[in-house]
Amino acid sequence: MSRLRFWFLLPARVWLIFLFAFPLAIVCAYSLLERGTYGGVELPWTLENYQRLFDPLYGVIFLRSFGLALAATAICLLLAFPLALFISRAGPRKNLYLHLVILPFWTSFLVRTYAWLFLLRDTGLLNTLLQKMKLISQPLPLLYNDGAVLLGLVYGFLPFMVLPLYATLERLDPVLLEAAADLGARPWTVFYRVIVPLAGPGIWAGSALVFIPCLGAYLTPDLLGGGKTVMIGNLVQNQFTTARDWPFGAAASLALMALAAGLLAVFMRSRSREFL
Amino acid sequence: MKRALGLYAAAAFAFLHVPLITLIVFSVNASRFTLWEGFSLQWYRALARDTQMLEAAWNSAVIAMVSTAIATVAGTLAAYGLWKRASRVLTGALYLSLVTPEIVMGISLLAFFQWMFRWLGWQLGLHTVMLAHVAFSIAYVAVVVAARLRTLDRGLEEAAMDLGATEWGAFRQVTLPLLAPGITAAALLSLTISFDDYVITSLVAGVDSETLPMVIYAMARRGANPSINAISTVIVLFFGTLILISERMRKA
Amino acid sequence: MAAVLELRELSQQYPGHRALNGVSLEIPQGSFYSLLGPSGCGKTTTLRLIAGFEEPTSGEVRLGGVCVNGRPPYERNVSTVFQSYALFPHMTVEGNVEFGLRQQGASEPAASVARILELMELSGKQKRYPAELSGGERQRVALARSLVLAPQLLLLDEPLAALDPKLRKQMRHELKELQRRVGITFLFVTHDQEEALAMSDSIAVMNHGRIEQVGSPEDVYLRPATRFVAGFLGAVNWIDGIGLRPEVTGIARQAPAGAVSRAATVVHSTFLGNCIQVMARLDSGEQAVAELARGNGAFHTGEAVHLYWKPADEMRFP
Repeated sequence: MSRLRFWFLLPARVWLIFLFAFPLAIVCAYSLLERGTYGGVELPWTLENYQRLFDPLYGVIFLRSFGLALAATAICLLLAFPLALFISRAGPRKNLYLHLVILPFWTSFLVRTYAWLFLLRDTGLLNTLLQKMKLISQPLPLLYNDGAVLLGLVYGFLPFMVLPLYATLERLDPVLLEAAADLGARPWTVFYRVIVPLAGPGIWAGSALVFIPCLGAYLTPDLLGGGKTVMIGNLVQNQFTTARDWPFGAAASLALMALAAGLLAVFMRSRSREFL
Repeated sequence: MKRALGLYAAAAFAFLHVPLITLIVFSVNASRFTLWEGFSLQWYRALARDTQMLEAAWNSAVIAMVSTAIATVAGTLAAYGLWKRASRVLTGALYLSLVTPEIVMGISLLAFFQWMFRWLGWQLGLHTVMLAHVAFSIAYVAVVVAARLRTLDRGLEEAAMDLGATEWGAFRQVTLPLLAPGITAAALLSLTISFDDYVITSLVAGVDSETLPMVIYAMARRGANPSINAISTVIVLFFGTLILISERMRKA
Repeated sequence: MAAVLELRELSQQYPGHRALNGVSLEIPQGSFYSLLGPSGCGKTTTLRLIAGFEEPTSGEVRLGGVCVNGRPPYERNVSTVFQSYALFPHMTVEGNVEFGLRQQGASEPAASVARILELMELSGKQKRYPAELSGGERQRVALARSLVLAPQLLLLDEPLAALDPKLRKQMRHELKELQRRVGITFLFVTHDQEEALAMSDSIAVMNHGRIEQVGSPEDVYLRPATRFVAGFLGAVNWIDGIGLRPEVTGIARQAPAGAVSRAATVVHSTFLGNCIQVMARLDSGEQAVAELARGNGAFHTGEAVHLYWKPADEMRFP
């Protein structure tokens, strides 16, 4: 195998070096340089860009990203658990229901985000309907706030939570629930003493699969959060385009990357890794 | 209890589907505004005349197909090679690339291309978009194929070699046919992600390489336009049908 | 008889674990040879080294007098029946059986395939897929797939383990009969001593990566070379450091003349249908089981008895 394996892994190694490691190394180098007079980067080497990340101005963005990602994860978990439980008990219709979860998620993230723009705009469906029904006179500001971003994140990543939860709940032997009931446990006790602990790996896997992409989200806060710099992703993009401060943008990227990598490392050590 | 769960599930499915369904319904609305004024295909006719949109759709299709072809081959071979003998570095890099935020991958590729092109005198364009799409698709393909490989009995290849097949023969005659459904699923995933990507594409695209998501994004930022509903409907229905067909084929 | 397979001082070192420790043996042409031992004793590793799936850390594998170390599996004229059978799920019975012939570029595979399917009583199932076969049929396909290549040596890795107990017993006889008819040397790996005793011409008993004893079924059962072999091949009563099989251990209320005997107390007596087992405690505190025919009357717990045996039945170890 040794010779054949070399050729099998060659394209992936080329990818790793030229399209993954090397580009990140360049970003790493940029993050340690100074901003050039006309954009771009200049010597000397400095750590100043990393110090600036702790500036309250940017610290707020990091905190808000964390808060939004955490809230999105919690809401996804609450919404997904009963749904996954329902699908796992649906018998022969399981596959139909699974398809109903997966199908919108396979189509287009951009379109799904746009759908909320369409619904929540001042002239969007919801405001138009409410005005028609004379419930409001002025359109409600449904869009371009943290709530809209949160909604977009939950909508975008909910299937990532449903699928691993379903996978664990589906494997749960119903006899265990009967045994628990037989031993005197009430339905609620069965739920949190038997079902939830056994779904543990699925809960962790789902949480990681939702939290990590939410933390680095760019498109959702950009479209639904308006022109404001809502999350880390927007900060990075803004530094590389409008602000033309590449070194600081690079430092922010690497901080974001480090957070994602750290979470991945924690996740890979846990027993939930089989879901990846 | 069971009833409550059923009602809840119905509401959850509505949450997942109603936004897309409204989008589709208003794509055949006669009015420019979000008020129903009767059935009309005018927005679809407008699409068919919109040369910028058509060109972008063509670009997206070409990019998706070329990058999927390359990523599927590279990702499948990688998953297989790693299945034969693990490599922590490569596996780690593949997972890391999966969790790398799009914006970070986008700016790192942009920085890389600009740095390279300074020496080579090249320009950003369709080729850089394709390379970028290959870059983020490989890990998805590798992970999907690896999941399929985990269900495979390692004894099968040994049996093939035991019966006289070479390593390559065992791969081609035994493993590859058994992997086919996984490879198809991976290619489909890569195709969808590539066709859908805005964040990375917008960073590494050149003047001649505008893609469909870039056009949709620009229109959405400008505000109301039922044409977006129409093109979104086309995308949703196209990929929805594709997924359903592939699921049928997988089960057959 | 010439040796079809010879292993010379074969050792296999895995990280932190020595799977094989200097295994040497010779398998004569045309024999039914068993490798018997508990799980983890190195028998499967031995098989994998012979088939060429792994290379030994040291030592030689010689097939037909030629060292085959370093040759890949597809250049070794041996074939394996896997414990899981490893039938190709995407090929029909015919496709599976043809597979090896096609690799050799055989000109007329159809005739050989038909012949072997006939021999294995699989005619009429050519177009079935493995998932559509019973456990016994799958096993026969696995055998057919290997035998059609007429290998120098057929390796069988616990091939009966996946079958239900009734079929397993029946297959013992059929496998032995098949080996006699095709005349190919079988190397049969098992952890089931009854299987090995019932089928083999020779048995090599393995433990902890070493061969403890090689011999005929009678040799290893009646004249075990080590305590491990004695214990692994059947039940043993240990009395004063001497080993005795329960079926040669007698029990009586009076010590019979001309036999070795020890006084004991009955602990309990168990009715097993075809025989009765009586467990007794000797004055030394050792316990022993005597197996006796049903008609010999009952013994009751607490009764004073004598255990006796013929000196010829004693198993002594250094």
